[in-house]
Amino acid sequence: MLFISCLFVSGLRLQAQTDADAIMMAKKNLCVGGTYGYSGWKDYWEGTLKRNNQNLGTVSTQMIGIMGTYGISKKLNVLFGLPYVQTKASAGTLHGQKGLQDLSLWLKYMPLEMALGNGTLSVYGIGGLSFPVSNYVRDYLPLSIGLHSTNLTLRAMVDYQLGSFFTTVSGSYVVRSNITIDRDAYYTTEMHYTSKVAMPNATQYNLRIGYRTDRIIAEALLSNWTTLGGFDITRNNMPFLSNKMNMTNVGINLKYNVKAIDGLSIIAGGNYTVAGRNVGQATSIDGGIFYILSFAGHKKTTTNTPSK
Amino acid sequence: MKKLGLFIVVIAAAGLCIPFACSKKIEGSTDNLSPLQPAKTDADAGSWKTILLAGPTEFPVAAPSATTTPDYIAQVNEIKSWQANMTADEKAIVKYWSAGAMLRWNEILRELVAKHNLPPYQNADNTYPIPSANNPLAYPLFPFSNPPYAARAYGYVSAAQYDALVAAYYYKKLYSRAAPYNVDATVNVLIPKSDLPSYPSEDAVIEGASVEMLKLLFPGDQEFVQQKAEEHKRARILAGANVRSDLDAGEALGKAVAQKFVTRARGDRAGAAVGTQAQWTKLETDCIARGEKPWMSLEVPKRPPMLPFYGVVKAFLFDSLTAISLRPGPPPATGSSKMQQETDEALNFTRNDTREHYRIVHFWADGVGTATPPGHWNAIAAADFIGKNFSEVRWARNLALLNMAEMDAAIVCWDTKYFYFNPRPTQNNPAIKTLTGIPNFPSYISGHSTFSGAAAAVLSYIIPENAAKYAGMASEASLSRMYAGIHYRADCTVGLEVGTNVGNYAVARGKADGAGN
Repeated sequence: MLFISCLFVSGLRLQAQTDADAIMMAKKNLCVGGTYGYSGWKDYWEGTLKRNNQNLGTVSTQMIGIMGTYGISKKLNVLFGLPYVQTKASAGTLHGQKGLQDLSLWLKYMPLEMALGNGTLSVYGIGGLSFPVSNYVRDYLPLSIGLHSTNLTLRAMVDYQLGSFFTTVSGSYVVRSNITIDRDAYYTTEMHYTSKVAMPNATQYNLRIGYRTDRIIAEALLSNWTTLGGFDITRNNMPFLSNKMNMTNVGINLKYNVKAIDGLSIIAGGNYTVAGRNVGQATSIDGGIFYILSFAGHKKTTTNTPSK
Repeated sequence: MKKLGLFIVVIAAAGLCIPFACSKKIEGSTDNLSPLQPAKTDADAGSWKTILLAGPTEFPVAAPSATTTPDYIAQVNEIKSWQANMTADEKAIVKYWSAGAMLRWNEILRELVAKHNLPPYQNADNTYPIPSANNPLAYPLFPFSNPPYAARAYGYVSAAQYDALVAAYYYKKLYSRAAPYNVDATVNVLIPKSDLPSYPSEDAVIEGASVEMLKLLFPGDQEFVQQKAEEHKRARILAGANVRSDLDAGEALGKAVAQKFVTRARGDRAGAAVGTQAQWTKLETDCIARGEKPWMSLEVPKRPPMLPFYGVVKAFLFDSLTAISLRPGPPPATGSSKMQQETDEALNFTRNDTREHYRIVHFWADGVGTATPPGHWNAIAAADFIGKNFSEVRWARNLALLNMAEMDAAIVCWDTKYFYFNPRPTQNNPAIKTLTGIPNFPSYISGHSTFSGAAAAVLSYIIPENAAKYAGMASEASLSRMYAGIHYRADCTVGLEVGTNVGNYAVARGKADGAGN
């Protein structure tokens, strides 16, 4: 159970990895835990132009979050996550931000799990809703802690496990609500005489390849976020919420189920932005600790691997 | 399971609502206005006092052809032909422009200011390039429409529009040629009818004056400006409001009057406001010689101060000696305990960065990429003028009073800033992290406070029942700069006073210009 911190020029966008992995909690088991993440960038893309900004230095984001997954059944899990985020610029004079960001709730459904060749194929349908839980400052990029839109994510995912090796592929469509800012006029590529901002929708792709047993998961990750619309930051301007923010990240994730204490797991991960547009070139690390509470009256299990 | 059921319902509802029911289309505050129907026609506005023109007849307008001539009848038929094939786009254009020509050109000007309000990126050697009016499309784009530049742009455009309209209303009354729909009852009319004579067209006067001023002020944006101008003129024919000769005469008059303002602008000393390295250094050494700590740019690399010689630009409302007399006394000495106390106050504000403070700071920030504080006050004025149903000429007169005050407030404020060359709070104490960007010019006196004091004074004269509202807004705008940690209390309180003093010159002018209220 991992977090990835996607750092937009905007700040941290917390994403529970469990909503994009092929691990299901067993029925009546609740996995809860805490995570910490750090993300920082010095270079960013102003449109397609890569640059730094000596009046920002390194923009860093720290996050602590709680999250959990509950097995309604082996095939249906419900997930939640809530981060507290803090931002800071190492240079310049701008004041950092902190606060509770967006609560995310997910339903993860596995309608199909079947033998295919020598391995197991499983298919998932995932729906998520995230929304801000505080009135945090948003029109203050890149130091805002979030973009303040309510997002609906619809995701299809396929996993194939062969022995101890697996690959997971998913694609998502993210519908983002309009947001309201503190100003009553703003300029994008034209003037808008309103405090409402239309947020373009986005797509997400995610590919994982790795080693997965009941004890250990080690995976390499490639992910992409593409904003469908939006505009580029103009030359030497500040970023804006409805910019066309795109990013491709590579990373690794590790999970270890502690042998001595049944149900306890620790996680660690890191990722790096290899390509982007109107976002920071972030290096991120995260770690966490989780524990499974079973309400089923029998042995705790993580059901790491698809069951066959 | 009950909770799960609720969750599923929420997700399903959101899934249906967000993509379909909750459309992303956002309506701007002036997208859907009713057509302007002036409460008074102000048909006698030809006698109102002009700003630069010697009088309304300085630029002659030829007598129009009579409405019985074949020439005129052909022009009416042009309207009918246009109207016979109106597209949805054309109807939208008519709707847009019928809300008011002064309103729309003021919005266009605010849009251009916001587009160009971007400080240039540094050169490789850590100097900064200076935008060139002769090469506006090369980076750095011309202009960098920072607050003083913008204040002057609003001032000139509004003043030119006003003088041109006074002349137009003089000729309207003189020639008294009725609007096409009053000549030919079969003309379809898509806007409220008026008894105001339509030659020369007030819309075309505003359009002509605006286009001509914008050639000077935003020389790289002619494609956008000309497209708006063509659209505007077409809207008037489509609406049945003007025949082509109304528009041609109005546009020519507007351009001719604007030329007089262009000539003034080219000689008003704004061109030398950037200064030179030697002059920038002298500001610093003079300040040190006075025993004070000089202002320093807090940007990296250090950026030259913004338009340090803007303070000597020729004002509209008073002469240069009066401008100097409006300069306030000095701020607390940089080494004084009073200054220490005010720096500590700024630090405390930034440590008490409540959400409400951010709302106020960001609402009034009007920084990079915005229409600037004078533009914000134009938006406030426009919103209230819409409700008042002013005639075009009264809109122009009121905006001219407002924007001459804003321009002259910028002059007095910039003169004061560079006369004292006072550091920002963060320069005194780097622990002060600000809630918005620190403007790259000296602290004393606050530009926002000066602009807001002047605007509130003028708007309170124009709409007295809103006086308390404007005073409250000005005071919040002023306070926002303290909440942000970018100004001391003295900058803000004195800025408001100086702004009010400047605004009162516009009020005095308004009381004597023959327009009444």
